This record gives sequence, structure tokens and C-alpha cells, in this order.
Amino acid sequence: MFYREAGQFKTSYRADMAVFPILQDRIGLGVILFVAVVLVPLLGDDFFLNTIMIPFLIMALATIGLNILTGYAGQLSLGAGGFMGAGAYACYKLTTYFPDTNILILVLASGLVSAAIGIVFGLPSLRIKGFYLAVATLAAQFFLEWCFIRIPWLYNSNASGAIEVPGRTGFGVMLTGPSASPEARYFAVLGLVALLTWIASNLVHGRIGRSWMMIRDMDIAAELIGVRPLRAKLSAFAVSSFYLGVAGAMMVFFWLGAAEPSSFSINLSFLILFMTIIGGLGSLVGSFFGAAFIFILPVLIRAAPRTFGIDVAADAVQHLTYMIIGALIIVFLIVEPHGLARLWQVGKQKLRTWPFPY
Amino acid sequence: MTAAVVPIRAAATDAAGPPLLALEGVTLSFGGVRAINDVSFDVRKGEIRAIIGPNGAGKTSMLNVINGFYHPQQGTITYKGTVRRRMRPYDAASQGIARTFQNVALFKGMTTLDNIMAGRTLKMKRGFLWQCLRYGPALSEEIENRRAVEEIIDFLEIEAIRKTPVGKLPYGLQKRVELARALAMDPELLLLDEPMAGMNLEEKEDMSRYILDVNRLWGTTIALIEHDMGVVMDLSDRVVVLDYGVKIADGAPEEVQKNQDVIDAYLGVPH
Ligand SMILES: Nc1ncnc2c1ncn2[C@@H]1O[C@H](COP(=O)(O)OP(=O)(O)OP(=O)(O)O)[C@@H](O)[C@H]1O
Ligand SMILES: [Mg+2]
Repeated sequence: MFYREAGQFKTSYRADMAVFPILQDRIGLGVILFVAVVLVPLLGDDFFLNTIMIPFLIMALATIGLNILTGYAGQLSLGAGGFMGAGAYACYKLTTYFPDTNILILVLASGLVSAAIGIVFGLPSLRIKGFYLAVATLAAQFFLEWCFIRIPWLYNSNASGAIEVPGRTGFGVMLTGPSASPEARYFAVLGLVALLTWIASNLVHGRIGRSWMMIRDMDIAAELIGVRPLRAKLSAFAVSSFYLGVAGAMMVFFWLGAAEPSSFSINLSFLILFMTIIGGLGSLVGSFFGAAFIFILPVLIRAAPRTFGIDVAADAVQHLTYMIIGALIIVFLIVEPHGLARLWQVGKQKLRTWPFPY
Repeated sequence: MTAAVVPIRAAATDAAGPPLLALEGVTLSFGGVRAINDVSFDVRKGEIRAIIGPNGAGKTSMLNVINGFYHPQQGTITYKGTVRRRMRPYDAASQGIARTFQNVALFKGMTTLDNIMAGRTLKMKRGFLWQCLRYGPALSEEIENRRAVEEIIDFLEIEAIRKTPVGKLPYGLQKRVELARALAMDPELLLLDEPMAGMNLEEKEDMSRYILDVNRLWGTTIALIEHDMGVVMDLSDRVVVLDYGVKIADGAPEEVQKNQDVIDAYLGVPH
């Protein structure tokens, strides 16, 4: 009833090609932005920003990164964690050399470093596909992890072998390190994630995004239409690694404050892959859903006993969380293998025809 | 209907001029299998050329040779006056060769509209940074190409399924979307691999009409593979017949139909 496109006639192709062609969707986006920009920092306490919003947004960005490669371009990858690490270590080195440069610029620049590495490890994709490619990306994951441990230069030869985020500013505001306020870090993350999501949406709706999907769906036909597989695949690897690298740098600089090689282990790769699949392959909105499902739900489950005044041992809660989330993932994959994004679409379709489903 | 169309087409066919495409002594083997054995034929500008033959005769392989997907061991291919031995599919596409496939090869995860827009890939030149912004030149390029795509959608009468994912479409419509995608490339030479396979009579009639209209309205040269002899007789200007990779006949449809070798090949007379 309220979610209708009736009466909204598109009079130009420009209007019909808009990313959100339906008015209600645009209003919805406005509401989400209002909540994110005004309500969350106003009403949320430091705990909420630090443990839920900031990591959620960063994970969502990483999921978009993997989704570009696996969901849009169809190249299965298990190296997401490694590329996030590449971004984090690149940012650490960059800020060591350029301490006075705006940290936001350095975060984006470290994405470029990660993109370059992504291109190199994307080269095998020209020859191999599917599971074999996944194994090749696994090699990238292990190689990068090895670098983080074995190359002291990367962590400035710290005795601990970890990287510790120094205090850095952007636009005159302290954004990283212990003295940066959660609000400042939140706005830095929100700004970057919003900007990069917008760019990702532009890319997947245009020629380049289509060439990724063409390679994914039918590479032979794509080639005979004039897509060059080399370019399409490597650009997907580059853009995906860029997003993952930026997310990795943000994870360390705006959220954790410190990291060691194990922060970027294969576990992180799997986590991002789960988010991508649960959210929906080939959907940007789904990336946010997936990150929320895998990241926020455990936080809520962990907080639940406390809210209801039930006393449960901390490690019992931890185990319970694993079991519940694991079960949910399996149920979910059986019920809706196309992810939360598909559920969202089906729901919208139902609303559009409600109350008369035929 | 066809009777009215033929004279117009005949005028468009430039019999005297050099052929658009000429194959000379083409041989293609897969290991021990000779899929094509020393075949020569040409396609004139503006004509509809049928390639027929029993199953496994090498027809599809022939199309794959023409658009650079297979590289023949021997022989030359002259396209638009240029001789080439090896050519990548990308070059064929950028020189105006488009095709459809025997087993529908659409992009299953994309909508009808996106599938046809995909056919415009080579018409879109704006670089990566503009694509990131989807603004200014990148957006107007997208709109321009969308306009061209909408013309094709109108022409093939598939307006209603514009936003439907192609995987959900019935087979006949998928074939039509595939034709739309090939047309979106603005081809000079259109290769159709059994465009009517598996269709019912009505769908076949529609498809025949579209093929004739494409040829007549846009002057597109067409090479098509088809098993239905009725369709071949109605549509084509000239027919080449392959059997076991060898050319056994070449000429006007009526001649070919009367040719004893062709009749034998189709009836399976042992060689
Ligand atoms: N990639 C390939 N590898 C090996 N053999 C092949 C390959 N492609 C085709 N062939 C062989 O070449 C011969 C010709 O095949 P082709 O597909 O060109 O026949 P066709 O005339 O299109 O037949 P149909 O009417 O069944 O489509 C067949 O014997 C086939 O087995
Ligand atoms: Mg065939």
C-alpha cells in the first residue's frame, strides 16, 4: 500500500536508470543517512559506537570488497583477510613516513597498495577457475600472513611484532590512536564507507560492473561480445582488493588501535566470505545485511542474558553464540541460498502488491 | 510475406562487389577429428547465407572459426578485404561480427535489459574514473546506449520482460533476448547458430520475420545455421551444405534441395 511505484512514471531513461528508481527507496535511504549521521552519534554511547557501529561499517565495506570479486565477477577468493592485512600494514608504513598527512588520504592510498597486490595474485585467475582459483587465493592469504610475520620492516621492527596505531589527524581532528574520540572515529568510518559504497554502486551499475557479471555468468559469450577477460578479471581483483585494503586499514586505525599478524588470518577471510554469502552474492545492500547478521547478532546474543538479568558464565555465552550463529547460518542457507538481499527483494515485491497478492 | 520481401533484399545484395567474408581452404582438426576439411565459401554483403548439414557436420565449428574462437590449421579467412590467419574473439567483435549460440548463452544472473546493454560494451568508451562517478560523460553515454537498446527492445517486442532476470524466461524468449543482445552490437555480420531450434511453429514464424526484418531494415549480412529446411528455403539467398566437415554443395536454395549428394547426406546413404 505504501510501497508502490504506481503513479511514478519515468519520463526519461535517466530516471529509469537511477540506482533507486522508486521514491520510497530514496526516502528510505534518506532516513538511513539521517539515523547514521544524526541519531546514532547523538543517542549512542561510546560502547555502542565502539563495539557495534564502527566495526559493523568496516565489515560491511570489506564484504562489499569481496562481493565485487566473488559475487559480481564470480571469482571465488579465500584471501580477503590477507588483503585487509596488506591495507593495514601499508597504512602503518605510510603514516610512519608521512606522519603529518591526513590519515583519511593515507587510508585510501593503502587501498591502492592492496589493489596492486591484488592484481598480482589475480593473474592465475586467467587460467584457473572455481575451487582451483580458491586454492590459489589461499596461497596469497598464507604468503601475505608470512610477510606480516617475517618482514620486520612492515611493523617497524617492534619487539612485540605487532603494529600500534599512533595518534593521527585528518582535517585538524584527532582521528586515530588512544586520544581520538569514538565520535570522530565513527564519522571518519561513516564518511569513507558511504563514499566507497556510492562508488561501488556506480561501478556495478555501469559498463565495468556489467563486464564483471558477464564474465561470471558466461565467459565465452562475454569474450565474443568484446569483453577482454584479462581486463575484466584483473580490474575486479584490483577494485576488490582496494576495498578490502581500505577496510583493513580502517579496522586497525579506527577500531582496534593495534593489530598483529593473526588479526588477518584465514579466520577473517572466512568471516568475510560468510558475510558475503549470507548477505547475498552480487548485492551491495546484502553486504550490509550480511555484516550485520554475522557481526551484530553475536554481540546482541552475548548481551541478551545480561539484559534479562540471567546470570550465565561468559565462556558459556561465547559457546552458545557460536552454536546459535552456526545453526542460523545453516538454516538460512537451506531456506534462502540467495541471501538476505533476496529476502529483502521478495519482501519489497510483496509490499508492492499488498494487500492483493495477485 | 516472404514474396514481398525478396525483391527488396535482392536489390540490397551486392552480387558484383567483393564478398564481405571469404573462407579459402579452411581445415580445422581437434586431435584426430577433422571437424572441417578444406572448405571454401563466401558471404556477400547484405545477403542471408544458410549453412546446413547433418549433426556433427562442422557447422558450429565453422562459426567458431569465423569469429576467431577456433584457429584453423590451414586456410585463410578474408573479412572486409583483409586476410587473417589468427584473430581473437575480441577483434572479431570489434570489427562487427556478432553471434548467437546453439545452446542459449545468456548471462543468467542479469536482467533482459542488462543482457542487451551488455551487447553495447564495445560502444562504451568512458574510462574507469568516469565510471566511478557515473556522472557527466559516463551517464550520458549510458543513456545514449540505453536509447539504442530500447529501439531493439521495441523491434523484438520484448518490452514486458525488460526487467526480468533472463534465467526465468521461457526458452523461446531467451532465444529472442539472445538475438537482441547480438543486434545491440550493431553487427555488420550476424552469425546465428540454430536460432529456431526447439521452437514451436508460431515462435519460428516470429523469429523468421525478425531475421528478415533485420536483414532488410538494417542491411545486416546474416549467416545462419538451421535444420528446418522450410525455414532455410524461405529465408536464405544462398546455401552451403556441409557433411562430415566437407562442403558437398553450394548455391541457391532450390538447386541445393535437388542436389543428389545433399539428399543422400540427409538420408544417411553410406559413402
Ligand atoms: N572443442 C571440440 N573438441 C573436440 N571436438 C570437437 C570440438 N568441437 C567440435 N568437435 C567435433 O567436431 C565435429 C563438428 O562439430 P560441430 O559442433 O561443428 O557440428 P555441428 O554441425 O554444429 O552439429 P550440430 O548440428 O549437432 O550442432 C564433431 O564431430 C564434434 O565432435
Ligand atoms: Mg552446431
